[in-house]
Amino acid sequence: MKAIKKVIVWAMLACMPLLANASGGDLHLDKAPLNLQDQASLQRGAKLFTSRCLACHSASVMRYNRLNDIGMSDEHIRTELELPEDVKVGSTMQAAMDANSAKMAYGVAPPDLSVIARSRSADWLYTYMRSFYADESRPSGWNNKVFPNVGMPFVLADLQGTQEAEKHEGHVGNLMLKDAGSMSAVEYDHTIADLTNYLVFMSEPAILIRHQIGWIVLGFLSVLLALMYALKKEIWKDIH
Amino acid sequence: MMNLLKGLLAWVDARFPLVSTWKAHLSEYYAPKNFNFWYFFGGLALLVLVIQILSGIFLTMNYKPDALFAFTSVEYIMRDVQWGWLLRYIHSTGASMFFIVIYLHMFRGLMYGSYRKPRELLWIIGMIIYLALMGEAFMGYLLPWGQMSFWGAQVIVNLFSSVPFVGPDLAIMIRGDFVVSDITLNRFFALHVVAIPLVLVLIIVAHLVALHEVGSNNPDGVEIKKHKHNNGVPMDGVAFFPYMVVKDGVAAVAFLMVFSAVVFFAPDMGGYFLEYNNFVPANPMKTPEHIAPVWYFTPYYAILRAVPPMFGSQFPGVVAMGVATVIFFALPWLDRGPVKSIRYRGPIYKTFLAAFVVSFVGLGYLGLMPATPTYTLISRILAVVYFAFFFLMPWYTKIDACKPEPDRVTSK
Repeated sequence: MKAIKKVIVWAMLACMPLLANASGGDLHLDKAPLNLQDQASLQRGAKLFTSRCLACHSASVMRYNRLNDIGMSDEHIRTELELPEDVKVGSTMQAAMDANSAKMAYGVAPPDLSVIARSRSADWLYTYMRSFYADESRPSGWNNKVFPNVGMPFVLADLQGTQEAEKHEGHVGNLMLKDAGSMSAVEYDHTIADLTNYLVFMSEPAILIRHQIGWIVLGFLSVLLALMYALKKEIWKDIH
Repeated sequence: MMNLLKGLLAWVDARFPLVSTWKAHLSEYYAPKNFNFWYFFGGLALLVLVIQILSGIFLTMNYKPDALFAFTSVEYIMRDVQWGWLLRYIHSTGASMFFIVIYLHMFRGLMYGSYRKPRELLWIIGMIIYLALMGEAFMGYLLPWGQMSFWGAQVIVNLFSSVPFVGPDLAIMIRGDFVVSDITLNRFFALHVVAIPLVLVLIIVAHLVALHEVGSNNPDGVEIKKHKHNNGVPMDGVAFFPYMVVKDGVAAVAFLMVFSAVVFFAPDMGGYFLEYNNFVPANPMKTPEHIAPVWYFTPYYAILRAVPPMFGSQFPGVVAMGVATVIFFALPWLDRGPVKSIRYRGPIYKTFLAAFVVSFVGLGYLGLMPATPTYTLISRILAVVYFAFFFLMPWYTKIDACKPEPDRVTSK
């Protein structure tokens, strides 16, 4: 019993830092509906990412063949993602546009997206990709509620359509869909969920196996703990 | 066969003090039998040291200490190196765990008066280990070369430039450059993987040698050496081997379970063990809005920010932070209590110790937060409480109504 109490105290001490929340910001973010077990969703996300995002952004530490982990074979990767002849399946994901021309066009170099889900968080990405609105005052014609005055134009406008912001005294209010895109609002949310799902996987491919291995390790250690405890009891039985 | 082994042992023993060392430090080294939960953390600190050295060796094989490649090489470890992600998470979790374990180990010392005579040197050596560990962690944190690595190092090194007269030159000497740069990264790498670990191992050996000379304190704060059997064995002692080895073994496995839970299920620990902003490559041209050190430095960082600049200099804050760190060295001489253990101390010491814990944890939290006027005010109050614990100790420990110590250890 005493030993159990010790373990509980231990666990509590280790979790202490969790009591406070490190991430700041007062902006409301929608919860991203992640499901890393859903390979179809990850593959749809990968396809959208390589066809749209890679036009300007790179993912310079992500190799195409890492998509094997989400159930895509090398051949599948080549045909589905339409890799150019000179790009090997083991290459890292480079942007189609070079960084200098992108900087000329948008004012800032588009950031590398390899670990973007770790620096920005999934919820941020999920909300950001659904928060673009038309804004005449911006050079690109677009603004974003989550990332005010962002340099990036809204490249998925053909899917979502065009949103407009209700303005109250310079404060950006609710976003309303003005012109519909090729997708319904629900379809678009699902598409962005797939993309976010993929970005989370891409930022840490090991995430797919780390939980499983963790359970095996904890299982092994619990057996070892029981054995160690029995050994301790046996050896200490003559100490009073 | 048995005779052959005995012969071999005799051969070795005639040339190396194998059996006598084994006896002196393990099978005939006696520890108090009433050790409780708080006495696990010394051994666990040693375990974390081994974990850090082993995982560190393999990380060093794959990491590139170069401002152009450092960030990418960490991602290379996370993706292309077999089990690299595991090595990296073990090492990053180990850094935070080291401080959790060391802080609990030091708190044990405060509770049971483990720094009192005859253990003053043992305590001082331990404090040197703590300072070396802070240096080790600080330099290691630069290596991933993310935004927090870079700007954290920039802020801390800049503290040295507030030293009167020599400050700016001192900061340049530490960085090897006018800003944190590739040169700084290279020297921090050398210090992190070679210099400080060597020093750490040496002073940890000294810590253990000093411990085995005076023997362990215990939750009752009474000396077990006062009462010995005729054969010289302390009546309340148990041999380190096998008794303490198996007891610490149970704690070690339980600890590894907590450690693994973090490594496999929450390696960034909600942004505390691995800061989110550190997944953005270092950019000297772009200062982050909010720079917070890793959690284990934040109590001192909060004290630094709590002290207002005087005569246009941040130096007083730097001094306060320095004093807050090294004041622990003076504990053996600040404490004038007639008893060692909190079990027999009076209400005044208990109140001060509780207030100290609240101030330390509170300052740690505030050090992570932006310095708003309210937070700064609370930091100032807590900083006063922090220092009051030490500076008023000679008085309050003397007048406290203590209970008499027992003659021998109790088994609670």
